Amino acid sequence: MKKSKNEKDAKKRYEKYVSGFTPSSRSVSNGIKAFAVGGALCTAAFLIQVFIQQSFGLENKEAGRIVTVGLIFTAQLLTGLGLYAPLAKFAGAGVIVPITGFANSMVATAMEFKSEGPVLGVGSKLFQLAGPVIVCGISVSVIIGLVYYVMGMFGLTLPWI
Amino acid sequence: MDWMEILKVFAVGGIICLIGQLLIDYTKLTPARILVIFVTAGAVLTALGLYEPLVTFGKSGATVPLPGFGYNLAKGAMNAVQTDGLMGALTGGIKETAAGITAAIFFGYVIALIFDPKPKS
Amino acid sequence: MADNKLGRQTVTFKKFPQIYMAFSTAGKKEGQGPLKNWFDSVLEDDKIGQRTWEEAETKMLKDTVVGAVRKAEIDKHEIDVIFSGDLINQLMSSSYAVREMGIPFLGLYGACSTMSESLIMAGAFVNAGYSKYAAAAASSHFCTAERQFRMPLAHGNQKPPSAQLTVTGCGCALLRESEGAAGCCEGKPVYVTGGTIGKIVDKGINDTNMMGAAMAPAAVDTIETHFIETGRGPEYYDMIFTGDLGKIGKDIVKDMLGKKGFDMTKNYEDCGCMIYGEDQDAHSGGSGCGCSGSVLCGYIFKNMKSGDLKNVLVVSTGALLSTISTQQGESIPGIAHAVAISTEKERF
Repeated sequence: MKKSKNEKDAKKRYEKYVSGFTPSSRSVSNGIKAFAVGGALCTAAFLIQVFIQQSFGLENKEAGRIVTVGLIFTAQLLTGLGLYAPLAKFAGAGVIVPITGFANSMVATAMEFKSEGPVLGVGSKLFQLAGPVIVCGISVSVIIGLVYYVMGMFGLTLPWI
Repeated sequence: MDWMEILKVFAVGGIICLIGQLLIDYTKLTPARILVIFVTAGAVLTALGLYEPLVTFGKSGATVPLPGFGYNLAKGAMNAVQTDGLMGALTGGIKETAAGITAAIFFGYVIALIFDPKPKS
Repeated sequence: MADNKLGRQTVTFKKFPQIYMAFSTAGKKEGQGPLKNWFDSVLEDDKIGQRTWEEAETKMLKDTVVGAVRKAEIDKHEIDVIFSGDLINQLMSSSYAVREMGIPFLGLYGACSTMSESLIMAGAFVNAGYSKYAAAAASSHFCTAERQFRMPLAHGNQKPPSAQLTVTGCGCALLRESEGAAGCCEGKPVYVTGGTIGKIVDKGINDTNMMGAAMAPAAVDTIETHFIETGRGPEYYDMIFTGDLGKIGKDIVKDMLGKKGFDMTKNYEDCGCMIYGEDQDAHSGGSGCGCSGSVLCGYIFKNMKSGDLKNVLVVSTGALLSTISTQQGESIPGIAHAVAISTEKERF
């Protein structure tokens, strides 16, 4: 239903009134925790990557892939063990924004709908939250690729590729 | 490898997560929306040539957070267009990120079949 | 002629249907909270040996109805009708709980306002002589509600302080006509003297983490209407309870009714604020049908039986949203029904 201007004003007034009763979720400690845990996670990934590179003589990209896969597996295992939700409650975006948060969202939804069966339950709900991310990410990459192709037809190149 | 390099990784990764925390605390965006924003932002910034310098500077700090997923998708698509032409726009993104996506699907499926969700304590 | 009503929304039960017996069940976490000693039964674990969470909620509701029947020392076939509701799609928990019991069933969906809705309906049926025994029940389960309305249990996220926790709990009240039931059970007789049926009030809140703020205006509207139509004021009642507004909603009700000239600071509580302790990390408080359901059938009923409370107004509050309306960006319609309970046969 379309809302009239009066209704919108009333809604705004009530929201303003309510905000006077609502404790704020914004806290400096939330930000510090997200920064510290997120930073630490990336640093750990970096150190492991360097270690793999040096020990096995792998190139940068290959080692990076192995670390990504390792992070995904670890996050999903922690989710299965019921440890990821408490971790995210503490660290917030520090573990939600890294690739581990994406991995967690897949197992969390899939596990929850196990009671609906391994095919329609787990199989489809694996993508309940991750689906939009994959769909939007891939779509944008295709558009970028197409634009880049068209630019190439006119002899335009990007210096950073 | 020196301490400066590690500090850069820490700072870049930390700041990207801090931005996510600000989105959670200051907006009413749902978690799924925030993840989508990060991935698409990463891809668009890459196309504009703004993310590559960040990756050079912050390494894992820029690639482990979700914008790094967008970075790989966009970079994969553009690189593939250069080598394979038009079809590269369709294949490049997934090719570049195949290991991560497949691992997430496969491990996710197996783990979801093995474990059960725990109630609140 | 409609002579059993006052004003437009308030119904009065002149035959004083009696809450003959009530039984309340609480989940593990609720059973560790401040009200732990008032529940009749506390679940040892929230899945109670069932295959799915939905089966667990169904079993909890069924066990609660059976518990009330046993405690009342009657046979379940003496119950002429059960009014019951829950939060799960198409009243799954209620329908499946009643399925094997052979009790005539009228399902109610009032979201979290279901307990007072079912009490008013059961009271009306008994008062009108349609039923000798009528049961009123409501249940909710954290794990079923969370997966239907919010995020999966294992999903990592942070909830704002305004968010509420769905109560795993259930209440069932058995009503019967008061004539011939004088010497029933122990303690004081507890009568449902009437109620005020609420209107939907929607102030445009569409954030599902702000349920208290979304439902509070409906509670205010119903309580104010109740006072106006009955001529009673807040001081008439020993206690006024709202269902599951949580801390934020409770403060809004106090403030809004205060501005209208009703002083709610002395004898007003919210079941959602009572059910969890400060250390239980429940954010703004409890929610769900089982919140007011278990508190009414446990704490409130027992305090009335013992005579510690004489006149009580219970205003269960509900948010009539659906998963579809949320995704389509619609705002949250609030509802509240008031039911007056007394140990005396006092008319409005």
